[in-house]
Amino acid sequence: MTELLYETVIDGGKHWSFIARRGTLLTLTDRAGGANVGMLFYNPENPLERYNAPDTLKCQQTFRLTRGHCLYSDMGRIFCSVVADTVGWHDTVAGNANKALVAERWGIQTYQDHRNDWTQNGHDAFLVEAGKYGLGRRDLAANVNWFSKVAPAADGTLHFDRTNSPAGSSVALRFEMDTLVLLHTCPHPMYPAGPYPRKPVALQFSKADPVAADDYCLNLRAENGRGFKNNEIYHLCAADAGAHSC
Amino acid sequence: MTATAAATSTEKFSGLVSREVVPPGGRWSRRLETGQRLRIIDLEGQQAVDFLCYSAELPLDRINLPNTIKLNKSLYITKGCKIYSDRAKVLFTVIEDTCGFHDTLAGCCSNEIDLVRYNVKKTKSCRANFIAELATWSMGASEIVPNINFFMRVPFKEDGHVVIADGISKSGDYVELLAGMPVLAVLSNCPQELNPAAGSKPTPIEVIVYNPGSP
Repeated sequence: MTELLYETVIDGGKHWSFIARRGTLLTLTDRAGGANVGMLFYNPENPLERYNAPDTLKCQQTFRLTRGHCLYSDMGRIFCSVVADTVGWHDTVAGNANKALVAERWGIQTYQDHRNDWTQNGHDAFLVEAGKYGLGRRDLAANVNWFSKVAPAADGTLHFDRTNSPAGSSVALRFEMDTLVLLHTCPHPMYPAGPYPRKPVALQFSKADPVAADDYCLNLRAENGRGFKNNEIYHLCAADAGAHSC
Repeated sequence: MTATAAATSTEKFSGLVSREVVPPGGRWSRRLETGQRLRIIDLEGQQAVDFLCYSAELPLDRINLPNTIKLNKSLYITKGCKIYSDRAKVLFTVIEDTCGFHDTLAGCCSNEIDLVRYNVKKTKSCRANFIAELATWSMGASEIVPNINFFMRVPFKEDGHVVIADGISKSGDYVELLAGMPVLAVLSNCPQELNPAAGSKPTPIEVIVYNPGSP
């Protein structure tokens, strides 16, 4: 990895947001095992352009996300590419838990009694972060759940794999355009009942190497080549176009 | 093929509210009241119908497929399934289904993603249809979320591989939905000719709204 620019740890059950500039490498690390990071992506220049999970899956013919996959907007552009992954399966189908589900599955802990260890839920976490950019309920979409695996059986039933992400697992995202990122570390909606799962996640920011002609994500499928081309068109005359040409 | 009167179903409905043939590539929307039924008929078979729905009272509360698949415990929609909103309210219940297999995974086609997928510049897509139809209700692109694809088949393998396969719906297959609240239903009769979603040859559908038990 290139020089580490910033590192932080988000405890379980928390949320954050930031604008990742094009060329940023973000590495997420599941410190304790069994973490979940809900994530949504928007174009900060036009937040109507947002992450589209169905397009991402169908254009790469996959149900899971892992190394080589690109995360597409609903305008056919690529927010980020998964350039490294020790896990092999990340969910983008099962969505979020809400307040009622959290209360039913893992109980209620209030801020008054537990301070920062109150039982936040992914849906409300996204709303709080979205609101900081003038976004609201109508702007939410189906999200990614990093480190979580939900596998379908042949009959369509879904199964949550609790062993998917051991401690130390990591996934690295290279941002291919400026991207507003909303994230939370609240429990996956299919995590089993018990104590509220509170799993810390480390975030490391560095500068990504330029996308080379033989880049794995760029060449994974012909579709991704065309997605990168859409980004290139979007970035025509951008100041950094030469330094990070697709 | 163009829609003709001869292609429609022959069944009579008491309490009929509306009955329309939507041509291939066409779009449709209507407000339904609680208890009204919406029947969507695949007139010629193998036709994907992209479907969204919203609380008519609070359109922010809208179809949420992650909630729908979690609460039904299945990726597939069929008879007995409920269509849930963001707030886990029941927008519709599927009360009849002669096809047995409806997709929740693949979303809608768009001019943009068709360029990525097929390297073809298109001027017609379900996303464009949704934007145009939602505009008639003063709603916009922000209201487009992952949708159901009635009559569309997307099988998956255990390794996570998925691909859009040939539809299995036959001529006359239908799905019937019961409105659980006042609801706005919006659909696009998929114009996709580049994959098997609509049998590679889009065909008309019939859309019927009625009040069961009414004369």
